[in-house]
Amino acid sequence: MSAVELRDAEARVGGRTVWRDVSVTVERGAFVAVLGPNGAGKSTLVRAVLGLQPLAAGRASILGRPPGGANGRIGYLPQRRSFDPSTRIRGVDVVRLGLDGARFGVPLPGRRSRAAAARVAETIDLVGAGHYAARPIGELSGGEQQRLLIAQALVREPQLLLLDEPLDSLDLPNQIGVAALIRRICRERDVAVMLVAHDVNPIISYLDGVIYLAGGTAVEGRPEDVISTEALTALYGVPVEVLHASDGRLVVVGAPDLHGHHAH
Amino acid sequence: MLAQEFMRHALVTGSAVGIACGLVGWFVVLRAQVFAGDALSHVAFTGALAAAALGVDLRAGLFGATILGGVAIGGLGERARADDTVIGTLFAWTLGLGVLFLALFTTNGSATNGAAGVRVLFGSIFGLSTADVRTSVVLAAVAVAILAAIARPLLYASLDAGVAAAQGVPVRSLGLVFLALVGLVAAEATQAVGALLLLGLLAAPAGAAHRLTARPWAGLCLSGGFALASVWVGLTLAYVFPMVPPSTVIVSTAVAIYAAAMSLPSLGRLTRVNP
Repeated sequence: MSAVELRDAEARVGGRTVWRDVSVTVERGAFVAVLGPNGAGKSTLVRAVLGLQPLAAGRASILGRPPGGANGRIGYLPQRRSFDPSTRIRGVDVVRLGLDGARFGVPLPGRRSRAAAARVAETIDLVGAGHYAARPIGELSGGEQQRLLIAQALVREPQLLLLDEPLDSLDLPNQIGVAALIRRICRERDVAVMLVAHDVNPIISYLDGVIYLAGGTAVEGRPEDVISTEALTALYGVPVEVLHASDGRLVVVGAPDLHGHHAH
Repeated sequence: MLAQEFMRHALVTGSAVGIACGLVGWFVVLRAQVFAGDALSHVAFTGALAAAALGVDLRAGLFGATILGGVAIGGLGERARADDTVIGTLFAWTLGLGVLFLALFTTNGSATNGAAGVRVLFGSIFGLSTADVRTSVVLAAVAVAILAAIARPLLYASLDAGVAAAQGVPVRSLGLVFLALVGLVAAEATQAVGALLLLGLLAAPAGAAHRLTARPWAGLCLSGGFALASVWVGLTLAYVFPMVPPSTVIVSTAVAIYAAAMSLPSLGRLTRVNP
């Protein structure tokens, strides 16, 4: 059973088809990037996997269940703004909410609470946030907040991580650091990861696969096969060229931006 | 001072109101909804005077109006996080209606009716009947019980609505329930410190608690404790100095606690090494 399997899927938002004929598979424990221009429906794909965006056509199986049926086993990091600097809640409490925040009632001290605190502490160590997790989250840098939010998504030990532009708004060293962390978690914990990214370059060496959304549909495959002049020209339907810069970066030239704004 | 029945009544009601205000206020500050609390204080004024003008029990109008006002603010504001324009518009109109009811009430009634308007605006904690006390304690207990039940998902939804929703937290319903709760507590506080000053009891202790600790559950308790202390200190001073109205001293104490907290270094900073 795959972590994510979509067959001939179509998503419509506000009466407009965002993408159709999308058939993609994310295997268990695989690290897959979701790429594409603004407005191609990358976030819509993530929301479809969560069951927050119903499919207009096609079939989907998420961890063996219909979308929405397995959300307890999915860690989700939405596309986000950072926390307001005045938010005076400790990072460790934000991570803890990922574990039991959906439960009603007040947490009472006891054995279960100690076990939960131990799990939270272990997850914070895993992402390397130990020395700042006790500080108010609003005071932390973007990279520190992002690591804590990844810990929040991980604390229930999910089988699938959905990360919507987790590298956006991070500087390059932090982008690489967070990408390496996600790869390590993916391997050590056997977690499948779908990571929406704007720029594939900081993460390309870590990836098992790529889902590229453009032209109202998607292709998937190994990064070097998908991000190629032939594959992207076929996808966009207009001539597109993939250039290899001297430092190893890939640059896509000639791709039309579908819309001038982000898709949500 | 405890030998006086009016003082015992004031302390019991004041304690109930203080705890409820402090706890609900902590979330009001976290969710940046202080302005909504302000709007509800104006709704409280209008609701009570509408009831008075219609010859109905004042409290029925007070609680009915603030709870409905809370739900209305939540319903009109996008995603139940009420926005400023909606609240500003709503509360200017509400205050306009309040002026109308005050005019109707004072022209139709006797001279004592003017005093009712003043009581609603500034509170009447030294004039409570046994029935008033019982009602206020029961309602405060209900408010605290509801808040305790929803506190954890509400915290989640306040910090991270998108993730909370994906995990099945009913973000929108919680927002509405919470604003109804703010309405309930605002009506309670109107009895203690009056519509004009209730914001002091709702926002100041909570602001101090947020400043002093970044631990959510400790902050909630601290906020409730500060509001309770404000009421106790305020009532004691008002008893000792009968010239000073109790509302003034209660709100002044709350503001003093807030000012003291702002001038202290954060406890979160001091305890940083031991998470």
